Amino acid sequence: MLQRILYTSCLLAVVLSSGCSSMELKPWVSPYERNNLADPIMSFNRSPIASAYMHHVYQAREGARGAEGGSGGGCGCN
Amino acid sequence: MRGEQKVVPEVVVAATSQRLELNIKDVGPLAVVGRIVSFLLGLWLVLLAGNSQAAILPEDRSDVMYHGYDGGGLEVVGPSVLVRKGYKDMISIWGNYYVDTITSASIDVVTTASEYEEEREEVSIGVDYLHGKTFMGLSYTNSEESDYSANSVRFGISQDFFGDLTTLGISYARGWDEVSRNGDATFLEDTDRQSYRVDLTQIITKSLIMNLNYEGLTDEGFLNNPYRQVRYLDSGAALGYSYEAEIYPRTKTSSATAVRAMYYLPYRASLKAEARYYTDTWGTDAWNVELAYVHPLAKGITLEVKYRFYDQTAADFYSDLFDREQAQNFLARDKELATYTTHTFGAGISYEFAVPWVSFLKRAEASLFVDYIFFDYEDFRDARVTGVAPGSEPLYDFDSIVTRAYISVWY
Repeated sequence: MLQRILYTSCLLAVVLSSGCSSMELKPWVSPYERNNLADPIMSFNRSPIASAYMHHVYQAREGARGAEGGSGGGCGCN
Repeated sequence: MRGEQKVVPEVVVAATSQRLELNIKDVGPLAVVGRIVSFLLGLWLVLLAGNSQAAILPEDRSDVMYHGYDGGGLEVVGPSVLVRKGYKDMISIWGNYYVDTITSASIDVVTTASEYEEEREEVSIGVDYLHGKTFMGLSYTNSEESDYSANSVRFGISQDFFGDLTTLGISYARGWDEVSRNGDATFLEDTDRQSYRVDLTQIITKSLIMNLNYEGLTDEGFLNNPYRQVRYLDSGAALGYSYEAEIYPRTKTSSATAVRAMYYLPYRASLKAEARYYTDTWGTDAWNVELAYVHPLAKGITLEVKYRFYDQTAADFYSDLFDREQAQNFLARDKELATYTTHTFGAGISYEFAVPWVSFLKRAEASLFVDYIFFDYEDFRDARVTGVAPGSEPLYDFDSIVTRAYISVWY
């Protein structure tokens, strides 16, 4: 299983860095087109302190846990 | 029984939003290290395929919050303070101090014990480091209460690539807990916890961003509450039933997968949608969906409303009323392991304002969020009701109010 992941990763790396124009997948949203995404209302985690608290409440009152992530968001940066 | 944990010698990799995590279940320590290193090498071959635009660290900000939970006979209030400060756009250090002051007369406490008060203190510190498009975070958390001590460390690394349309991250956390029992100086148990997370965030269009998150967790050690009891039919008892201590398996492996989306509406508002599926080796399956709407108004006011639905099945060894004493090897009557649903309705308002009288502050914001949660159980009965045949008490339900009031400043 791990070997398959590594082989796939290497293959992807070669493809992504090959510069072969016929195969290259280019980013389809340019930086200057990301005004909406950079708006604070588009953040997955607009308030870290309140989000962390709600995760704690749900973890304490529900059987499920994990994958609460979703931090960051917005423009796709950290 | 599914509650019996198996050793699964495999590495599980999944992708989620802003952090990427590697999930490894119960393998030997050397194998784990080797697989992590191999995985990261393979991953980096993909990630380092060329980029030029730098990511950024989180903003410098501080938050002071009052939090409150009130429902089902349980009241939890306290402060939380979060401070973050960066240095030269490379390093950001943060710290969080959090307190729960608990007054409990919940249904478990009322039926098998007596009301109590308790306090839990939690301190977290962390450092984030940004190098080009690579973001690394290391944090430590300590939580202390009279009968429970927990320490945990998390390390995460993420990378922006593909023209910064994609962020991929992994993180690993390890926790060491000590469980004691008030009034019993001889009782001391350990619990080890591990978490592996993979996180993929993808810009889909100019107005849509999505996040896929996978987390695998393994717990090993003493996993039940040392006070909680199960009830079983006992014809010799006045109520027709008696209580005995819970017994849980000593291992648990869980996995959760979530997908989230944020969509920017044409008139400057956003919609957030989330779905998560959870399963574990105790037989509990759960899923939840959430929809939120954020709407900025004039003069710095932002409104937010949300709805969340949660549904879970009971653990294999859960029962509201066992047929007899020691009916099976594992026993649970924790209502968090029962079959139930929850509905959450939330609303909040934030007001952003300038702070010209404090020169180093860029801006500030005051926020108030209130959630109403309704819990509806399908196989947990209200044992406070007497005078009826055991097992025919009404099913239990309750509601709670969750409050967050906080001030945030940016500098």
